[in-house]
Amino acid sequence: MSEKGKSTSGSIGAWFGDERVRGKIAQGLVIFFLLLLVSFLVHNTSQNIDSRGIKTGWGFLSQPAGYDVLFKIVEFDSTYSHGRIFFVGILNTLLVSAIGIVLATFLGFFVGVLRLSNNWLVSKIAYVYIDIIRNIPLLVQLLLWYSIFLFLPKIQESYTAFSFYLSNAGVNMPAPSIGASTGLMPFNVGFLPESMGWSAFLVVLIAGAVGFFSTRWVKNWGKRKMEATGERPPVVLLSLITAILVPILIVLFFAWPIGLDLPKANNFGRLKGGTTVPAEFLVLLLGLTIYTSAFIAEIVRSGIMAVSKGQTEAASSLGLKKSWTLNLIVIPQAMRVIVPPLTSQYLNLTKNSSLAVAIGYPDIVATIGGTTLNQTGQAIECIAMTMLVYLVISLSISTVMNIYNRRIALVER
Amino acid sequence: MFGVIDGPHLGFFKYQGRYFIMKGFKLFAAAAAATVVASTASAGTLDDVRARGELKCGVTTGLIGFAFQNDAGRWEGFDAEMCRAVAAAVFGDGDKVAFVPTTSKERFTVLQSGEIDVLARNTTWTASRDNNLGLDFVGVNYYDGQGFMVPKSLGVDSALGLDGATVCVQAGTTTELNLADYFASNGMSYEPVIFETSDEIRKAYEAGRCDIYTTDASGLAAQRAAFADPSAHVVLPEIISKEPLGPLVRHGDNQWGDIVRWTLNAMITAEEFGITAANAGDQADNKNKEVHRLLGTEGDMGAQLGLEADAFANVIKTVGNYGESFDRNIGPDTAIGMSRGLNALWTQGGILYSPPFR
Repeated sequence: MSEKGKSTSGSIGAWFGDERVRGKIAQGLVIFFLLLLVSFLVHNTSQNIDSRGIKTGWGFLSQPAGYDVLFKIVEFDSTYSHGRIFFVGILNTLLVSAIGIVLATFLGFFVGVLRLSNNWLVSKIAYVYIDIIRNIPLLVQLLLWYSIFLFLPKIQESYTAFSFYLSNAGVNMPAPSIGASTGLMPFNVGFLPESMGWSAFLVVLIAGAVGFFSTRWVKNWGKRKMEATGERPPVVLLSLITAILVPILIVLFFAWPIGLDLPKANNFGRLKGGTTVPAEFLVLLLGLTIYTSAFIAEIVRSGIMAVSKGQTEAASSLGLKKSWTLNLIVIPQAMRVIVPPLTSQYLNLTKNSSLAVAIGYPDIVATIGGTTLNQTGQAIECIAMTMLVYLVISLSISTVMNIYNRRIALVER
Repeated sequence: MFGVIDGPHLGFFKYQGRYFIMKGFKLFAAAAAATVVASTASAGTLDDVRARGELKCGVTTGLIGFAFQNDAGRWEGFDAEMCRAVAAAVFGDGDKVAFVPTTSKERFTVLQSGEIDVLARNTTWTASRDNNLGLDFVGVNYYDGQGFMVPKSLGVDSALGLDGATVCVQAGTTTELNLADYFASNGMSYEPVIFETSDEIRKAYEAGRCDIYTTDASGLAAQRAAFADPSAHVVLPEIISKEPLGPLVRHGDNQWGDIVRWTLNAMITAEEFGITAANAGDQADNKNKEVHRLLGTEGDMGAQLGLEADAFANVIKTVGNYGESFDRNIGPDTAIGMSRGLNALWTQGGILYSPPFR
């Protein structure tokens, strides 16, 4: 260090005189104190837990839960463990969030486009819908929907059509059920998740893979054909067939014959058999979908309005059809604006699903963060597990959306 | 415990001859101080309550007869009077109570964390709750058992005919566990609809979302009283569990636990000896030595607990004896209409029995 001008003499004044050094020291101290605070809080909490004789540890996860839940998509009853109910709760949260995200996206795009309609009435209806829904707290809406749902007839007096039943207990409907193994079926498969064995899983996996790759092939074929002939084949229609119809046919082929398991009234007039979608699930799904769709609609509107008018004008001057203009010119560019805020709406929907507890849907908060917490008294463990689940789900959603965002981002040259 | 802030110089730095306080340090120090205070608050509950000037008492969010707010916003009921009794023992004034409504799910956490001093919320005394939660039950103020209520129109007259029913039940209760046990041990299936508060359950049950409402028999009677047409519902004869309900305190503060325990015992003893709210101040001629020890005109029962000599006299003057409180809130002449049953004194065929004031 013999260079002139860089004083490293060690005098305090010069040391403090360097803004970068000072900044580093300040940052270091802040981090040090933050760590100190965290470790103090942890220490303090564990000491207080000890002094109050509250039991800690993870042993409760293997203890029998002792309670049953209304809705589960894996096998569960009161003899299963608290660990199992944790899993049940996660699946219930994921199910309502996943379906909610899909429905809210469709409804939100639909309303958002309506909002931009040139028809005064349509546009105003969408406007009123958005502004009412956005400005009423979700919890209030859920309680309202649930109260309305309870006004439906009792299950003994359900509205009925084609073995579908609607009552204040929810919807009961026929479920496909697998008949005995026939010559076509090399093994027994079960269609419903409760009875889903590995073989059924394999069939569904194969069907899914065939659907995915055939859809991709259709897309590429359509692209090649358009580049070669200038003609646009009905790719959307074809890919619907390959993505949905083909997998269903594959499953049917392996699982034939498929019978129908019809709901039947038991001695109380309660419908058993078939598939039951409980009222609490429907209300939560309805509430989350409607609430989030209003926000998505505004995001979609802003995204479409962000695409400059010149783009649309250029497209029509080239003679593109109106639907092509929307699908090929406007929406791809609007997506760049839409996706980042859309991601946070997906996260909101997932986190808002914790309001399930208000209407009796057994999500992760109502199960592990509710009854299990109360029965075992191990609040810190249960809340930590609940928090971790939401953290993992939320980070996964944003990772996926970020990857998607990068793919549709403007490629700058 | 917290040895890092060992001098006033930490958190400051000297720059060009002047001292500067580090950004955020004040906040940090305040947070640390608050945590230290919070962690030492459980040292002596009696001192804390006195310093605060009021008792923080956890009750239900609203159950007619046990704890609910009347039209004037005043908390009333059998459990609410337990709170008033403890306040009367500590302050000589039954109104120095801050009622904290708790759901069945959050009640233990609220008590564990020190947010309330005592929980009087028709809570069942069980082994695991007593041993696992860091809480202590101090006694039983109501011997109860779990029952089932069904609409009369269902045509069921026994709980054994409930196979395949849908059941409304409250989250985080012993009821929820007994229900699972009872149906499993009788080879019956059921579908639970689980809510947080009894109001939500009542709404869902009345709308026919469930066939059965199950909770403690006293709770069923209280809820039925609130129905539009109570006579359309029937409580089935089966009582499927023992539910001794009583007040709880935090484990470890034995003095405070004793105060709540002997407040309850004082109410029971007072009934045994015929001491009422009306005549408690008028017992100078009573020949019974135990009455004098109870009322503090003899001996040092109050002082043994760190209370005034007339602590229990104040309890009885404020809420009356056990029988008076029972009759006023949930007895046969109220809308709840519970008979004393097991909760009669041991001298009258029940099992209510207080250790002697000696």
